[in-house]
This record gives sequence, structure tokens and C-alpha cells, in this order.
Amino acid sequence: MATVTLTEGRKTSALRRGARGSRRPRLVVLTFIGPALLGLIVFLGYPLVAAVYFSFTRFTLINPPEWVGLANWRYLFQDPLVGIAARNTLWLTAAMVPARIVGALLTAMLLNAMKRSRSAYRTLFYLPALAPPVTATIAFVLLLKPQTGPLDTMLRWLGIDGPRWFNDPAWAKPALVLLSLWAVGDLMIIFVAALLDVPVDLYEAASLDGANAWQKFRYVTLPTIRPVLVFATITGIIGCAQYFTQAAVAASVASNQVTGGGGVSGTFGYPQNSMLTYPMWLYTEGFRYNLFGYANVLALLLFAVSMSITVILIRRFKAFTRGES
Amino acid sequence: MRRTRILAGLAALLAVTAACTPAPEPKPIATPGVEPSGEIELWHFFTDREAKAIDGIIADFQAKYPKVKVTVKGGQDDSKVVQAIGAGTGPDVAISYSTDIVGKFCATGGWVDLTPYVQRDGVDLKVMPEVVRSYTEFRGKRCAMPFLADAYGFYFNKKMLADAGIANPPKTLDELTEAAKKLTVRKPDGTIERAGFLPLFGFYENSPSHLGPMVGAQWLKPDGTSAIGGDPQWQALLKWQKDLVDWYGYDKLEKFRASLGDEWSADNAFQKGQIAMAVDGEWRLAFLKDQAPNVEYGVSPLPTADASRYGSGYISGNVIGVSRTAKNPEAAWALVKYLTLDQGAQVKLSNGIRNVPTLTSALTAPDLQVDDNFKVFLSIFAHAQSGTTPPSAVGPAYQETFGTFVDAWQSGQKKDLPAGLSEVDKQINDVIKLAG
Repeated sequence: MATVTLTEGRKTSALRRGARGSRRPRLVVLTFIGPALLGLIVFLGYPLVAAVYFSFTRFTLINPPEWVGLANWRYLFQDPLVGIAARNTLWLTAAMVPARIVGALLTAMLLNAMKRSRSAYRTLFYLPALAPPVTATIAFVLLLKPQTGPLDTMLRWLGIDGPRWFNDPAWAKPALVLLSLWAVGDLMIIFVAALLDVPVDLYEAASLDGANAWQKFRYVTLPTIRPVLVFATITGIIGCAQYFTQAAVAASVASNQVTGGGGVSGTFGYPQNSMLTYPMWLYTEGFRYNLFGYANVLALLLFAVSMSITVILIRRFKAFTRGES
Repeated sequence: MRRTRILAGLAALLAVTAACTPAPEPKPIATPGVEPSGEIELWHFFTDREAKAIDGIIADFQAKYPKVKVTVKGGQDDSKVVQAIGAGTGPDVAISYSTDIVGKFCATGGWVDLTPYVQRDGVDLKVMPEVVRSYTEFRGKRCAMPFLADAYGFYFNKKMLADAGIANPPKTLDELTEAAKKLTVRKPDGTIERAGFLPLFGFYENSPSHLGPMVGAQWLKPDGTSAIGGDPQWQALLKWQKDLVDWYGYDKLEKFRASLGDEWSADNAFQKGQIAMAVDGEWRLAFLKDQAPNVEYGVSPLPTADASRYGSGYISGNVIGVSRTAKNPEAAWALVKYLTLDQGAQVKLSNGIRNVPTLTSALTAPDLQVDDNFKVFLSIFAHAQSGTTPPSAVGPAYQETFGTFVDAWQSGQKKDLPAGLSEVDKQINDVIKLAG
């Protein structure tokens, strides 16, 4: 029994020495990542755990949360508008992310191909991205205003009866995609830099091999800028999942009630909930209807979906890079 | 071991989360006759001209109560007030633009129940009309007081009516339909150049809540559940509205509406003569004076389905309350009392902001500036059958759920009215149940 104890004691002390030895580098690593880790715990970990807890409570922001079990989660299946809001957000994501990437990439390629005045055009195309979203949206809605807007007036000169754009449930979301394309400058600048980074000798080698323009784009440009494309896709999806300001302002302006006494959220979704996005509905349930417990359910679902898509995309990206190496 | 640590960590976080949320702290009220003193903070939503009117009345209050210092913060939003109270800070007194906030603040105790103060000071609340008293209390708690009111009436362009041979503004829904058709001008291609009356819900002030009093429709039952599906008046209103929409053509109306200017700008369609008749609040008088002084217009009560209801309308207004987190509730109540129950203050505020005073005595005060048009709103306000939207714990959720349905109804997407309204009832009752 004593031998056993001694052997165990030796093992323990050896383990302790080993642990002490490996603790030092760990401590150094922890010291470096400590501030970031702290930030993650305070600003991500804590709110996330709190959101899970609040989702099982009746919470008003004013009183302590009251435990209601699964009531908020059950209401998810009774909520008449959550499905519409989720579908709108999915629609916008499916249309806006590819449209912005293709638009930005094409613009960047055109700019890089230009011989003269490249900087001037680059500035010109980038400018809309600098406009504050609220101002830009108001301007865009007025630009597309039926009957009196400049675009509609020009269309009528050509004998075309333009659509009602932001006033038509069928056209409101496409109009938002157009708005996002107009302000594509932020992404365009990243693509301009990525395209300039493609080694010229690769294009020369491809030319010697007899590759045409499409083949050069497909087999040289695209693989080289793939990390930027993945970045643009992930940030685009996350941005669309949080899409709020432009849809809210567009609905307010198009419904002829820019500054109503009831606040901008009174016109959310106009026309016929076609511009009601998931985050807008989440906001409405929380801040307008005072159902913060249920709003936390919606927030958690949004987080889960965004996180899943991001993880899948990053994994696929890793698989690509491994294949390349 | 690791799993245990993670679980322990999560448990600690949950404990912190639960502990971090503020708990209500009831404050005892002072004995009768105590003189209010100290500093208080007032948050309101007014800006520009209206904010100046508030500053003026606060100066009067401070002259009357020299021991109270009031800090005023304008341009505030309801959600900011909620968040501030939830965080244990915020104003002593807050003014909200919407009666929809009353249910929320009463149910949660965000604004304190003023009944002890009212009883201690012997205030008779019957100095205000019943409708005003009803939208400032919830489930027996008087957590708000009315801070001026809005009354909704019917604006008409006198010249257009005269040109169309209409001697008087419509008094019934049938007369409104007839006048709307007479006053509408179409282009050769059938599109609308001028609408006699634009009947779309969602256009400017055409909400179900504002038009509901035309038929005397009810929103909620006494037990707080939805009354919409069981009230035939809603069906009557919606059928009348849909008939008129169909006469114009829904698409044509939407196209016309899309071309109109913003409600609150000088491009307002009534002010520009693009529509001949409109439902609007008393504040439009000030807008017309400022932005369209040449328009010859008149004001009347809303046309009604039943002649006995004529003269009534929709009443709403701003509300004021004392925060649970008030540092100086006694001085806060003194301010609320002064702003809502002092006739002189009410008249001055009404003259400054051009809203309807909520004290019955102030309606006939000699120094209240009234013209013939404003008098119409005063009479609508005082009418026994004027209605409002009742407070609810879910704020405007019940109105907006109904709004979603009427959007689908007027566009023709929903055709079965009774079934649709029953579904609305269910949706409203579900959300009210969730709020508790």
C-alpha cells in the first residue's frame, strides 16, 4: 500500500514538474491573447449566455426576467410575420450577395483595364459608398419615385411606364438590390487591390498556352482572388443577415411618412411587408411590442444561422486552399 | 473535469445575468402639504418650435416652484426612455408621443402608479373627459397623465367642393363615397390626376384606428382580448372602404399614392390640391398656415355610418409619467400635476403647440386661442362617442396585426372577411397571451 502511494506520489510530482514546464509558454500565450479573450467573453460570451437565458423568460428591460419556460420558443410557430421576415432576408441575401460581388468584380476589372483616368473613375465609383446609408437611401428612393422621380421621367420619355419600385411589393426588394449595387464601392476597392495582386507572369504563361480571355479569368484570376471572394461572401451574408437601415428608411420614405410622430418603426415593411427584414421584425418584437424574451429567441436563431453559414464557408475555403497547396 | 468547469462557468454567467437585471424599488410618498424641492430631469420628444413652447412652460413652473430645478432634454425617443429606466437611470419625468406606451409602462411599472399622489392631493380626475382618462390608465393603474390631446377631423378643400357643386362636407359614409367620386379627376388614360378622397389604409393618417370611430368599431374586449372579429362594425368599415378602393382601382390608387409628397412636408397632397378631402389631426391647421396659406379649406367631424355618431372622432395624445427610477418623485409629480391639471399651463401649451388641451375647463377658457376650424376639434374632443385605441401590454401590436390584414384586404389578396378577421383575433390573442 505504501509502495503504491510512493509510486503515485512520484508520478504526481513528475506530472507537476511537466505541467510547470508546459505552463510557462501557455502563460505567455494567454498573456498575449488575454485582452482579446476578455473582450470575447464580455462582449460575445456573456451576451450569448444571457440571450439564451432571456429567451426562456418574459423580459421587458424594466423588470427582472420572469421564467416562462418554452413559451417564447412555442410562439415562434404562431408568429404571423416571422416567416415573411425570414423569407425576405433570405431573398435579399440570395440576390444581394452575388449581385454585389459580381458588380464589384466587374467594375474593378473594368477599372484595372482602363489606360487613362483610372484614378478619377475609381474615386467616382467609390463615392456612393461614402454616403451615409440614411441619406443615400432617401436620395435613391426619390430618384426612383414613380411619376415624379428623374428615372421614371426619363423612362416615360422613352415611352416606358416604369414600375412603382419601392411602392410595389414585387419591386421593392429588387430596388433594394439596385441600391446596394449603387453603393458597391467598398467591395470594388477590395477587388481592385486583389486583381492587382494577381501575378502578371501567370497571365503571360496562360497566353503562351493559348488561353483566351475567359480561360484566363476562370483559371488564373478566380483561383488567385478566391480568398477575397470568400471574404466578400462571408461578410456579405453577415451584412444581409443584419440588413436594417436601408429597408427601414426606404419603407418610411416610400410610404410618404418620413418623420411621423409614431417613429420610423411604424412604417416597417411597407409595402405589404415586402421590405420587412428579420432584424427589423426582431427590433419590432423587442422595442415596439415589449417582448424582449421572444426577441432573444429571434436573435439566437439569427446568430445560429449566420454562424452555421460562416463555419460552412470557412471549412469549404480551407478545403480549397488545401487542395491548391 | 473540463465539462464541470464549463458548466460551472455557465452557471456563474447565468447567475450574473439574473442578478444584473434591475429590481423595482418602491418609494414611499411624502405627507400632504410637503413643498417639492430639488432637481429633476424631464425628457420629451418635441423639437424646434414645439420644444420652445415646452421651455416656456417649464420656466413658468420653476417660477411657481423656485425650489425645483428642471433639466429638460428634448428630442428623446420612447425606446431610449425604456432602456434608461431598465438600466436604473433615465428621467424623473418623461413625455411620450403615443398612448401605445401606456400599457407597457403600466404593466411593467416603468412609470409609477400615480394613484397615491392623486388621492393624497385630492385630485378629481373627472376634470378630464372619460376617453382621455381611459387611455392613460391600464388594468386599474394610473401610471400616466394626458399631456395635451390630438383629435382627428375631416379636412376638405372648399373651392373644389364648390366647383363640384357640393354644398356641405359629407356627413355619412355614403355621402363621402359620392363626394369622392365627384371630386376625382382622371387623366385620359384612366390614371388619377386628383383623388376626391384617397381611401387606402396606410396613406397618411388613414389608419384603422383613426377611421374606426366612423363606425364605432371596438378593438379590445374588457378582458383585454381582441374584439375585432366579433364586431360587425369593422366589417362594415372594411367593406365600405374596399368598394371605394375598387371604384378607383387598387393599382391606380397605389400608383397615384406613390407619386405624392411626404405627409409632413410642404408637398402634402391635401396642401398641394392633389386630394380634395382627407382625415387628419388638428396639427394640420398649423401646417396649412405655415406651408399652404392660400388653400381654402374647411374642417368638419368625420363622416359616420350612423348619423347619431356624427360629431365624434378619434382621440389620442401625448402622455406624461413619473419614472420608477425618478430620483426626486415628489418634485416629478409636482411637475406632472402642473402640466396636466393647471388650466393656465394647459392653455399656454395648447396655444404654443396647437394641440387640444385635456382639461375640460381649458376647452372654454377665454385665453385659449381658437378659430372656427380649431373649434371643430375641440367639439370632437368633447364628444361623448369619440373613441381611442385602448392601452395594451404589447403596445401597438394589436393595431399593427390588424394593419397587416387590411393591407392584404384592400389589395384583394384576402377575400374572406369574416375568416380573415377571426384569424386576426387569434394572432392578437396569441401575442397578448405571450406578454402576460
